[in-house]
Amino acid sequence: MNQLNNFTKGFLRENPILVLLLGTCPTLAVTSSAINGLGMGLATTFVLFMSNAFISMIKNFVPDKVRIPSFIVVIASFVTIVDLLMQAYTPSLSAQLGIFIPLIVVNCIVLGRAEAFAAKNNILSSMVDGLGMGLGFTVALTIMGGIREMLGAGSIFGFKFIAETADGILIFILAPGAFITLGFLIALLKKINKTS
Amino acid sequence: MEYVIILISAILVNNIVLAQFLGICPFLGVSTKIDTSIGMGASVLFVMTLATIVTFLIQKFVLIPLNLAFLQTISFILIIAALVQMLEIILKKASPSLYQALGIYLPLITTNCAVLGVAILVIKKEYNLMESVVFTIATAIGFALALVIFAGIREQIELSNTPKGMKGIPIALVTAGILAMAFMGFSGLV
Repeated sequence: MNQLNNFTKGFLRENPILVLLLGTCPTLAVTSSAINGLGMGLATTFVLFMSNAFISMIKNFVPDKVRIPSFIVVIASFVTIVDLLMQAYTPSLSAQLGIFIPLIVVNCIVLGRAEAFAAKNNILSSMVDGLGMGLGFTVALTIMGGIREMLGAGSIFGFKFIAETADGILIFILAPGAFITLGFLIALLKKINKTS
Repeated sequence: MEYVIILISAILVNNIVLAQFLGICPFLGVSTKIDTSIGMGASVLFVMTLATIVTFLIQKFVLIPLNLAFLQTISFILIIAALVQMLEIILKKASPSLYQALGIYLPLITTNCAVLGVAILVIKKEYNLMESVVFTIATAIGFALALVIFAGIREQIELSNTPKGMKGIPIALVTAGILAMAFMGFSGLV
């Protein structure tokens, strides 16, 4: 029950983006389409899962004073692994996400969970927490990418549902649309969390 | 001439916050008062310039000759973390009031993606050292500009009557969207 709770809290109650407001930079930058959001979300989930597991393993050996730098090194190693893997196997997605893959290192969610959860809990809970938070992040990114893609390009996951020659509301795949969509999504989730 | 183009492009056209989405956390977090946002802008300018120079030299004279370019992310983030720590110690001694005002956001410059982002960007764009410095300073000015404008608008929003559900972050984000639209007007400049 407890593990289930650890897992599900990342989706609504403590959704990293929409409630805790962590990791807003990649959220805004890569969600111009649903598929980009999904890719970024999964990359972050992998890093979050692995670093949470690893940090929880080493937490007893690391002196308190050098805690943060050592966590960052662990996270940066996993980010480098993801970066190289994506360059090799999904080159087009990797090119689209560009600089935001190495920047997972400075995504506040990853370090935040390491510090707030993995450094205090056992390996299993930390892994579950990392997975839940990561998937919550992924879901939020995909929804946001989906909304922007539908409004901005009239398509979803690349399939166009409006007439071939028609355009969407272009502003939604440009920078301003990202801010506005996220603003309304946060307001919506606030409302949902309040009523439930 | 090319420096001028880099300057205008980084400050206005490709504004780091409003067009490239780097450094959003401090942009939303410290932008409730104009004073603190100026302090934040200044410390980002300082850290970013230093960080880019150091990481550029490390990349050029250590990582590439030794064939260690894959360690870029790890080494850059460590350098930035060390620099921020240093700045914190200096500020604590030199200007306690600014140190108080910046509070939690100073250590957070480490995880400010703008700093690491610019360090990686100048490598990706294959700038030389001088171009990198100009680009970094311009980017930091663009960051400070967006931050200060945004803080000014948010001070006004505090006083006005916003719908209940939109209070706080949601209305701030919508405002940022409109500000980004305004900055899109510069796109023909370069």
